[in-house]
Amino acid sequence: MHWLLEPLQYQFIRSGILAASMIGVTCAVLGVYVVLRRMSNVGHALTHSALPGLVVAYLMGINLFIGAAVATILTAFGIGFISKNDEVYEDTAIGIMPTAMFAFGILLMSNTKSFRDLSAMLFGNILGVGTSDLVLIAVIAVIVLGVLALFYKEFELFSVDPNYAKTIGIPLATIRYGLLILLALTVVAGIQAVGTILTNALLIAPAASARLLTNRLKTMVTIAAALAVASGFFGIYLSYYFGLSSGAAIVFVCTVSFAVCWLIKFFRR
Amino acid sequence: MKLKSMLPYCGHKHAHPQLDALAIETWDLSTGYPGDSRVALTDVNMAVPAGTCVALVGHNGAGKSTLLKTAAGLLPVRSGEIRVLGHPLGHCHNRVVYLPQRSEIDWHFPINVRKLVMSGRYVHLGWLRHPGQEDRKIVDAAMDELDISGLAGRQISQLSGGQQQRVLLARAVAQDADLFLLDEPLNAIDVDTRVVVSRVLKDLRKAGKTVIVATHFIDRLATEYDGAVYLSEGRQVAPAAGGFVGMKIGKE
Repeated sequence: MHWLLEPLQYQFIRSGILAASMIGVTCAVLGVYVVLRRMSNVGHALTHSALPGLVVAYLMGINLFIGAAVATILTAFGIGFISKNDEVYEDTAIGIMPTAMFAFGILLMSNTKSFRDLSAMLFGNILGVGTSDLVLIAVIAVIVLGVLALFYKEFELFSVDPNYAKTIGIPLATIRYGLLILLALTVVAGIQAVGTILTNALLIAPAASARLLTNRLKTMVTIAAALAVASGFFGIYLSYYFGLSSGAAIVFVCTVSFAVCWLIKFFRR
Repeated sequence: MKLKSMLPYCGHKHAHPQLDALAIETWDLSTGYPGDSRVALTDVNMAVPAGTCVALVGHNGAGKSTLLKTAAGLLPVRSGEIRVLGHPLGHCHNRVVYLPQRSEIDWHFPINVRKLVMSGRYVHLGWLRHPGQEDRKIVDAAMDELDISGLAGRQISQLSGGQQQRVLLARAVAQDADLFLLDEPLNAIDVDTRVVVSRVLKDLRKAGKTVIVATHFIDRLATEYDGAVYLSEGRQVAPAAGGFVGMKIGKE
């Protein structure tokens, strides 16, 4: 038991675990929709798009979250706008926007003196979260989970049968943009934990693991959330005991749990 | 209808259907798909009286689905006009139900049969309201009518083609509308389902509902429908010699 309790005496570990849990639940629950709607590439796109926002915010000395939020939401709208009339396919827009944003971010980074400070943006710094970060993460969690809970039946019908949803007056474009904005907010929270490059794993892996184990939506959401929280917890412990990068450790545990679920599914057959 | 949504999806109050109006009337209606400049349906003129059962007949790609989708508000009108239950499109869509082709649904989504049938009630609930006792009763009755009560808890990913069709029709029945727009409800289904679907169509007709069915089964038109509209390459055409006409639906 000692190994379990020892790290908890440090405030930064406790804050880290709290942050990772909130981020994990938010990512996992929204991730269920992302996986079921086959939007994994959108998550990938938005995570990378945050970089220039982070760098600009850093250079201007404002809260990094705000920079990331602006950049991801702009990208989300950009993707929706470019592909609106099917003249450019959505996956093409997704191929162009984020790589452009990411390159722009790297350009900005290479122009600054301290490349090192910015590594936290790429790989996250869950063990460095302060009170204001925790509050922001909590606010994002409440917004994302709250909106999903309130508009559960519309999101579900929109996913299963969009045409019928449209005939009864549900504004599909609003739902689509709404989902993208939730995704952008979630990505912003995820970046704090595991950085721009790895956040998509937190979004996709727990939900994809849960999908392998169950056919029921509620069970899927529960399993995904539990896996994400466990990944955050054990990832931080791995990082504590072996001196590893916390973000990479969390994603590593996440991916291992996906592999285990895949094996369970494989041998059940 | 006692249940009224406080926050309807469309953002405005649903209009009352005009009971003495035609169920559907069109004047030189032309429509097409977004992002495609071609016209998919050209100069359609028809008048469907309320309480009739009308077949839309034609080959694949003839424009049957396009016509139903336009009436359901899924496609923009390019030129001409269409009125549904006496109103412009979108004014009383709670009284109009659209049954999509089976291929348009994501059958892999984890949701059970009961839930999907329940979505037929959503137009009456609107934002933020959840189904109540009354809705559950209506859904039970609809599933009973389609003989799928035994499937209520089953995931939709585990249904056969015929079962999928019954679930969709049960949802349409559960919406409790006046005008039914049914896209190929008889296509590629087993004999039992065919019997059940035919019975439900007959019951709807008896209850005074207007039913428009896209189909390419022409053998039973005379016994099951009041009239027919023939389409080919997006235009109204005359039936083949000896083809069923019934009451006059097309206008000249």
